[in-house]
Amino acid sequence: MRVKVLIVEDSKASREYIAAMVEGVEGIEAVVTSSGFEALKLLPRHRFELIITDINMPDINGLELINFVKKNPNYRDVPLFIITTEGREQDRDRGLALGAAEYLVKPFEPGSLEELLRRYLKLP
Amino acid sequence: MNPGSKALAEFVAEATEILDALGKDLLVLDERRGQEADPDLVNGIFRAAHSLKGLSGLFGQERISRLAHGTEELLDRLRLGKLRLDDTALDSLIEALDAFQALLAEAARGAESEPLTRRVEEMTARLAQLGSPPASAEEDPLDRLELDPQVRSVFTEYEEHRLRENVRRGVSLWRVRAAFDLSDFDKGLAELNARLKPLGEVISTLPSARPGGAHGIAFDLIFGAQTTTEQLEAGLQGTPAELSPLVVQPATHAAAQALVRAAEPVTAAALTRVDSPAAPAKKGGKKKGGRAASASTAAPAQQPLLPASTEGGESTSDGAVAPGDALVPVSASGLQASGGTPVTYLPGTGVAQRVRTVVTEAPGTSTVVASPVRPDGDTSLRSLTQTVRVDIGKLDGLINMVGELLLIKANLQRLAESARQDGAVALSKLFGQELARETRGLERKLEALQEGLLEARMVPVGQVFDKLARLVRRIAREAGKEIEFVIGGGEVELDKLIVEELSDPLMHLIRNAIDHGVESPEARLAAGKPRRAVVALRAEQKGNHVVIEVSDDGAGIDEQRVREVALTRGLITFAQAQEMSRRELLNLIFLPGFSTARSVSELSGRGVGLDVVKNNLGNLSGIIDVWSERGKGTAFHLTLPVTLAIIRALVVGVSGRTYAVPLNSVLEILSVQPRDIRTVERREVLDLRGQTLPFMRLARMFALPERPVNRYFVVVVGLAQERLGIAVDELHGQQDIVTKPLGGRLQSIRGISGATDLGNRRTVLVLDVAALLEEGMALERRRA
Repeated sequence: MRVKVLIVEDSKASREYIAAMVEGVEGIEAVVTSSGFEALKLLPRHRFELIITDINMPDINGLELINFVKKNPNYRDVPLFIITTEGREQDRDRGLALGAAEYLVKPFEPGSLEELLRRYLKLP
Repeated sequence: MNPGSKALAEFVAEATEILDALGKDLLVLDERRGQEADPDLVNGIFRAAHSLKGLSGLFGQERISRLAHGTEELLDRLRLGKLRLDDTALDSLIEALDAFQALLAEAARGAESEPLTRRVEEMTARLAQLGSPPASAEEDPLDRLELDPQVRSVFTEYEEHRLRENVRRGVSLWRVRAAFDLSDFDKGLAELNARLKPLGEVISTLPSARPGGAHGIAFDLIFGAQTTTEQLEAGLQGTPAELSPLVVQPATHAAAQALVRAAEPVTAAALTRVDSPAAPAKKGGKKKGGRAASASTAAPAQQPLLPASTEGGESTSDGAVAPGDALVPVSASGLQASGGTPVTYLPGTGVAQRVRTVVTEAPGTSTVVASPVRPDGDTSLRSLTQTVRVDIGKLDGLINMVGELLLIKANLQRLAESARQDGAVALSKLFGQELARETRGLERKLEALQEGLLEARMVPVGQVFDKLARLVRRIAREAGKEIEFVIGGGEVELDKLIVEELSDPLMHLIRNAIDHGVESPEARLAAGKPRRAVVALRAEQKGNHVVIEVSDDGAGIDEQRVREVALTRGLITFAQAQEMSRRELLNLIFLPGFSTARSVSELSGRGVGLDVVKNNLGNLSGIIDVWSERGKGTAFHLTLPVTLAIIRALVVGVSGRTYAVPLNSVLEILSVQPRDIRTVERREVLDLRGQTLPFMRLARMFALPERPVNRYFVVVVGLAQERLGIAVDELHGQQDIVTKPLGGRLQSIRGISGATDLGNRRTVLVLDVAALLEEGMALERRRA
């Protein structure tokens, strides 16, 4: 059984790039969505082992998604990674303060994400 | 991921989409220069630059990434209010957009030119140095907003800034709570947003962590209302939304003074009204107690007090928005606040010491104060992906396939026909009928497929209009003209290839209109015209054609000067000039060699490479026509077919040869006797319902042996105002054709646009109607 990782990112190319990286790690299935709203809908329908989210998105922002996940007893233990870009330190710090486990600064190396995924998902 | 060509294509497609959206938003900003920018718009542009940076970074497009970074930084400062959006900033953004487009074009080709790299570096450096931050207020207005720090912690820096701005302006702030079913909350929220948007600014949408029932989800929208409470309540009638005001402490006197200086007059006035009753009572009380006391002494005297309702506590208990006593839910009927009067609410628990003031705007002034200008109450949630992009190469492959399917169909049809008629036995006749039925089915399916494919190729002509609009301002500035640029019919759709090819000719015409068609502001005033000239670009669908008009209200073309120039350059003889109508004279400006840079300024400037424009259009099977009136202006009409891909053609025979005539330009077919043909001024013409119709024998045109016939079929073709009767010997019927261009030296043959396969393994030439219309006239003229 592969574990499911939710990727929330509104840029299609970024989303697919990250999904390709995540799927590149054996044992992981990537579920992708372009919006925070869709993520809210997906959460009760799947059992995600990890969530990767962008911060700046059009409907609800990534921080709100993190807050929602961390406040909800059903999801609060799911580790969250945030994807940020250089220069958005305040948003990053808030994400971490809200309970995000890690942050990734775009553009990032496939290796760094893979390593983090293995660590948090306890994959060999 | 391997950044191969597929990845590159994906990158280019998404980057193009981002740039298109960016361009549109910039255009709106450009049009509203001098007004306060809509924060949503600035944020949208920021997001576009941000996405572009992330995207190009991921795909290793360093130059784009660097420039996007610089642009994003600038936009970030703009949207966070650290920098004013002045002309310099806006011009830089528009310039950056141009550079992005150039960069993307190079990236798509896999090229990287040195001058562009330098331009990008120079631009990035300039963007970084742009502007200085405006003086910051000493006090953070957000401190005056009573909001749970927990709520504040999920705001992005931008949301926080918007909230701050709203507090600073004294806008009344609300928490709008609504619960929806989990399955379709996005629809519900979109609807709620659509209701709220015209009334103010949705600052943030917070999903409530407490599940709203088994299948529900609740949201808190932080909303800055630009309207009165009644208007807000009325606007939310019928939605599940519940309103609670967010409480803002009045500004301290010093801060209010600063605000009076900083804010627009109306806002300042509103704030002064709030502040002034408090001022004589107590000044400078920085902490809550003092300020609250002063407010409470003033408030009861002037404003209606609202008893707090008791539902307050429970709806705030989940922690998403929970400043307990600070929030007082207001039932829909509970508010009696009249617009224009600052309203004071008394919360349920805090009693007298905790009076808070919520400032609402005067109803009559809301349009002045409101920063977001929403011209059409646009309700849709803006998305970056409004269009489906289809790779044109793929589409062409499909179109070719359809063309081949059509050939199969034609063959089948022929087989069926012969089987049915020549079949010796009953079985084969039955077989023929079967075949015929199948063919009909195939035909229907093919038609649907063809239609769908053609539709996929169609794009709104507005895509190119928007790009042009961006350049108009710059050209006008360079030329020292004042121009109002009017766009119409942007929704009219044309084949993607045609739209792409249109931008150069249109650019040319618009540049001409601004540079030379339109007079200087002083000259216009002297001529009794408004200072500002109007240059308009309009599209309109007319049957199978689209007509695009580029017009100006400038000086018009002096046809006598055109005549002189044409004579001087030997383009026409004196005798010809004598005979020419005004319209014919005007059309001389399209002749190659008519214009040179020198003649331009002499001639109120028409003619800069108009022959090139005309040729470009000719390649698109389109024609161009000019109208002009001295002192009133000039208009160019471009008539274009809706698509070039698959067309229906009339198959005709002349001197034993077969040709295809695109049916979209065929108006009617006549049968005429040779004696009906008259010669007027050495041109052959026909009388058609009292109108004189120029007449051309196709056999003569292509120098084929003419056969004596006792009647001609005359195919009447027309584009725009031009009409021509083309005489042919036989009519063979109609067929769908896919025109293939002719290669090599055949390309330059006038009157032929390409070749097509008719399905019975016969290749025939397709007539170029636009060229024939011209050639017809020119031939006759030469003969004269």
